[in-house]
Amino acid sequence: MSKTLFDKIWDSHVVKHIANGPDVLYIDKHLVHEVTSPQAFAGLEKRGIKVSRPQNTIATADHNVPTIDQHLPIKDQLSKFQVDKLTEYCEKFGVTLYGLNHPYQGIVHVIGPQLGHTQPGMTIVCGDSHTSTHGAFGAIAFGIGTSEVEMVLATQCIMQPKPKRMKISVDGDLTSGVTAKDVVLYIISKVSTSGGTGYFIEFTGSAIRSLSMEGRMTVCNMSIEMGARGGMIAPDEKTFAYLKGKEFAPQGDDFNKAVENWRQLHTEPDALFDKEYNFDAADIEPMITYGTNPGMGVKITGRIPSIGEVKDSERNSLEQSLTYMGFQAEDELIGKSVDYVFVGSCTNGRIEDLREVARAVKGKRKADNITAWIVPGSKQVEEQANKEGITKILEEAGFKLRQPGCSACLAMNEDKIPAGKYAVSTSNRNFEGRQGPGARTMLASPLTAAAVAISGKIVDPRDVVGL
Amino acid sequence: MSREKFISIVSTAVPLPMENVDTDQIIPARFLKATSREGFGDNLFRDWRYDSNNQPKPDFVLNNPKYSGEILVGGKNFGSGSSREHAAWAIYDHGFKVVVSSFFADIFKNNALNNGLLPIQIGEDELEQIFDTINRDNRAQFEVNLAAQELRILSTGKAISFDINPYKKECMLNGYDDIDYLLNLKLEIEAFEVSHR
Ligand code: SF4
Repeated sequence: MSKTLFDKIWDSHVVKHIANGPDVLYIDKHLVHEVTSPQAFAGLEKRGIKVSRPQNTIATADHNVPTIDQHLPIKDQLSKFQVDKLTEYCEKFGVTLYGLNHPYQGIVHVIGPQLGHTQPGMTIVCGDSHTSTHGAFGAIAFGIGTSEVEMVLATQCIMQPKPKRMKISVDGDLTSGVTAKDVVLYIISKVSTSGGTGYFIEFTGSAIRSLSMEGRMTVCNMSIEMGARGGMIAPDEKTFAYLKGKEFAPQGDDFNKAVENWRQLHTEPDALFDKEYNFDAADIEPMITYGTNPGMGVKITGRIPSIGEVKDSERNSLEQSLTYMGFQAEDELIGKSVDYVFVGSCTNGRIEDLREVARAVKGKRKADNITAWIVPGSKQVEEQANKEGITKILEEAGFKLRQPGCSACLAMNEDKIPAGKYAVSTSNRNFEGRQGPGARTMLASPLTAAAVAISGKIVDPRDVVGL
Repeated sequence: MSREKFISIVSTAVPLPMENVDTDQIIPARFLKATSREGFGDNLFRDWRYDSNNQPKPDFVLNNPKYSGEILVGGKNFGSGSSREHAAWAIYDHGFKVVVSSFFADIFKNNALNNGLLPIQIGEDELEQIFDTINRDNRAQFEVNLAAQELRILSTGKAISFDINPYKKECMLNGYDDIDYLLNLKLEIEAFEVSHR
């Protein structure tokens, strides 16, 4: 039978197939951070065993770190303890750590691709659900729990039932002002937050191909918000060009050889998927969420649905989420007032995102009612932003760049949106309390976030910033 | 290192008839700072359970003395969101052994199974029956028999069968641990690496 891209990579990583059970899957790259790994390292200690392949394991501190004064000791004692523990374990087990103040430190899903650790055809796991980001390179990448982190540390393998295959095609040309974030918010609004459960998604079609590598990462990043195990995009010339010269990618002749192999990584024309969706790029407009899961998104010029419009089983969630958000059914989104703007996270904290924001706010001032946090995804993004003059443009517009980390994406550090306040956020989850207890999150693209920051309220970015 | 064996339980159940109960609700990120697996139960459903002054909210089900037991019954798409295993730890640490829903998020399901917490997926109609049963009698008893793959409403005798991966079932019944299994595959893994290069 002809194989999909997903099958090709999965099947070539199966060490053993257990009858009536999961596959034993070999993992090429294991990414580790401070929040979900200490218990796994402790498990190894208890068993008295080593990390089996430390050279295939990379660690960083991102979830819990402060985003100001990173050169000072971490004030929050529990956070400090977690970061110290990671440092101690990495030393003990011989794992490379890009810790705080290391030039490669950053959000785990931003640094992997940026450094060339992420490559086509690999299996990649991390104790974080947004590991799906790395699928943009044509890799099988997915999030795992701490018991599984321990499995990979101990054996470089994981036990996994093989997911089903889903294809999502977006064809045609994206209209101006519509970004990768809008594409994926649109897809989630159609597929729902559980529609992808049990599947691994391949994104295809001319609109997906037209995206930059960073845009593709944004799309794959949010495949988990449909419940999917992960998402992937077949590698192409853009992928190879992105990886060329990256520090941990193959170099010279090895790179050319690798590219030859990577060219085989595509779905055969007659391969079958278990489920397919087709979308038309022309139908997609700038998107924003109004509720408390990422599937509750509409075009920014649209309205919140009425209670009668949604399925019976969804009425309760809609009512509950509107109460939480302080919105009414059928409200228009445009014009709603906003208190915070957060640009950052592994969804939209890359250099292209910061460039987009800088381009949009250049020569303008942010509205007085807006507190804006712009948090680069990594040290390298921060450095690049300084080099390109982005930091300066932002400062002149009244914004300030903070230091790299997950920050208000999950609000584990001090970067919390206060209760009841509205935030337009470029991150990936608008769950109740995700950005702080009582925080009200509306997910959108960096372009929309920039337009909102200038206007002080929800606006159509196409009306505000020159496109 | 073996885990506690799961054989069968008879218990009352705690109803949480909400859809899309996500991991940020189950255990908010700000409580993920511990480096051991224990103690997360105290912050299970923290923001639904306590107000901003840390006072219990009386109308939340875990604060309602009418409801107790080792079985948590949730709405559709339970456990969506993050990969944090802390969600499974918190539910288990609070004293639940079983979570029932009509649909589970993938990573949550794996995490639960890896920690001796049994996720039972049943049909939407059957889930409604369970909620009805608890509604009518909050002391209604349920029996979970893993070997027979059956959830039984004791008052009516109605048995609802459920699926579980046979390998995972073996592991839970015997208290086996995946890591022990994988460690025993050392030679096969090394042979694979040689051919994989
Ligand atoms: S930025 Fe947010 S979603 Fe991404 S890894 Fe950090 S916490 Fe997770």
